[in-house]
Amino acid sequence: MTKKIIHINKLTGKLSRRAMLGGSATVAMAIAQTAHGKAVQEGLSFTELIPDDPTKQVGTLAGEVGTRSGFEKVIKKPSDISSRSPLQDFYGIITPSDLHFERHHAGIPVIDPNKHELVIHGLVDKPMVFTVADLKRFPSVSRIAFLECSGNFRTGKEAMSPQDICGLTSQSEWTGVKLSTLFREVGVKPNASWFLAEGGDAAIMTRSIPVKKGWDDAIIAYGQNGEALRPEQGYPVRLFLPGWEGNTSIKWLRRLELGDAPWQTREETSKYSEGIKGGKIRQFSFDIDARSIITFPAFPAQVEKGWIEIRGLAWSGRGKVVKVEVSTDAGKSWHIAELQEPVLDKAHVRFRYLWHWNGAETEIMSRVTDETGYIQPTFKQLIEARGADSGYHFNPITAWQLKADGRVLNKPENVR
Amino acid sequence: MNKLWLVGILEAGLLMSQRPINTVLFPDRDRAQEITYLIKSDSIPARFGFGRVATSTEIARLDIDIRPDGKGLPAGEGKPVAGKVIFAQKCAACHGVGGVGGPNGSLVTTTDPTKKRPEKTIGNYWPYATTIFDYIRRAMPFSEPGSLTDAEVYNLTAYLLNANGIIDDKAVVNAKTLPNVVMPAQQLFVPDDRKGGPEIK
Ligand code: HEC
Repeated sequence: MTKKIIHINKLTGKLSRRAMLGGSATVAMAIAQTAHGKAVQEGLSFTELIPDDPTKQVGTLAGEVGTRSGFEKVIKKPSDISSRSPLQDFYGIITPSDLHFERHHAGIPVIDPNKHELVIHGLVDKPMVFTVADLKRFPSVSRIAFLECSGNFRTGKEAMSPQDICGLTSQSEWTGVKLSTLFREVGVKPNASWFLAEGGDAAIMTRSIPVKKGWDDAIIAYGQNGEALRPEQGYPVRLFLPGWEGNTSIKWLRRLELGDAPWQTREETSKYSEGIKGGKIRQFSFDIDARSIITFPAFPAQVEKGWIEIRGLAWSGRGKVVKVEVSTDAGKSWHIAELQEPVLDKAHVRFRYLWHWNGAETEIMSRVTDETGYIQPTFKQLIEARGADSGYHFNPITAWQLKADGRVLNKPENVR
Repeated sequence: MNKLWLVGILEAGLLMSQRPINTVLFPDRDRAQEITYLIKSDSIPARFGFGRVATSTEIARLDIDIRPDGKGLPAGEGKPVAGKVIFAQKCAACHGVGGVGGPNGSLVTTTDPTKKRPEKTIGNYWPYATTIFDYIRRAMPFSEPGSLTDAEVYNLTAYLLNANGIIDDKAVVNAKTLPNVVMPAQQLFVPDDRKGGPEIK
């Protein structure tokens, strides 16, 4: 394959194609292995820029924004209404911001941070308006915590990856002002027991939240993993409720109204409610139940016999993960997995279990225990406890079938 | 072990929480000194004074929510017959003729014997009638949110309640009558009472 030649101006670091013709004295010749983005600018494909020997030519010069290696194809899986995080491709516990899952009800709005305001009113001493700049002046807080959509369970096929099964969970470091700070600023009245949080998107998304959560640990977030929130995550400000179902962490936050009863919005009645035993419908299921999943080996990976480090993620919306167990014999026996520090409150935790696979077909799975003593249930246990008409907050143990040829397949389970 | 405790207290005479104790270890040629600073952040003011007071006009422009007790409902009224016409024009393409079927889901309850479970709709799943007004006004039609007048929303609410067999043909929906409509599914709704622990529920 022929490699294209690009010129780099030694003084400015700018790529120049015109120089290729003239070969002037100020320009040094170099074959540049440019970052993917630059290759696109220059109309070259990434593969054209792969050198035979990277030690024999000068690489890309410093740039304004880094890019993912062109060798890495790590992407979200979008549908019309959501986009799922590639859990099987992650290391550690932080989700890169551009791979954070998305779920929105009327698309991603474009909001000018210089015009955006947050209004707090209702049962308060002083109704107030805060600009984004105002919010940033208050004492700030940062916290690493997961965010999960409560409708985060899919099954039905063997060819399903962790991303397909439960890719609507991600983890970031969120930065913002504590809602309790703003509650004090406006003087929340003692009879306020709920507040309505409202977004500035085309769905004008609303949820009713108990005021207690606002005092406990709610954050009005403007930062995510060291930079401003991504538009998909609520730019320029969102509510962030650690451990609670994702929909309650209202994005593009424009208004908070303090009241003395829930509003019974469409999103806490028609949606985000689940059928339970006796034909009843459970609502305001805020806490995310503890869950874990093995992300390696998992579909679509294919493994060889011998040593395998089983890896995965575990989390609980009710506090810390205290234990993850792994079974390599279809749930007959369980072994304690190692938890990677830091084990944080309401956060994804990385677990590992070193295993020697003899090559025989088996099933591997993990189950988490959280600090309340809750043990992640099986699919069957959940259906038995709630009936077949359940939906949201479905957190069963995920079993992977390990085939003799090393393929790893989801084990679909059916209600009936 | 020799320990040198340094306690620095910032007393600003205001209120609020105590910050955690920060312990810093200083390696010393002769001995390790553990110096603990007790940071007592009494310096947080009751109010920072950032932001500005919201005017009632500003609040009224945004305050579009409706509660089950009817708080927030505007003046005006609606009737099923008038709503039927608007629905056919502005909603049926996505929610089906008569609110049944359609690419974005039914809004009217039917009992289709070919289906294992009935679709969750206003008639069999929505616990409060006020939510219909609130939701349509804030988010529908999906392609043109915020385009409906209050009168149109009242008419559509009346139509959907009637089509679901909850109010009769002649019923008038307004700020007084809507909160009194009892939805069939209301008695089914229970708040989550789980608190963690070993129980699977
Ligand atoms: C362009 C298609 C479209 C049109 C037109 C439209 N809708 Fe919708 N409707 C949707 C979609 C999509 C949703 C689901 C939105 C979401 O995901 O949150 C929805 C949801 C709803 C719901 C909530 C359903 C439930 O069970 O939770 C109601 C009620 C509703 N629409 C009423 C209306 C009315 C009344 C009109 C006419 C004024 C209308 N819609 C016009 C697409 C449409």
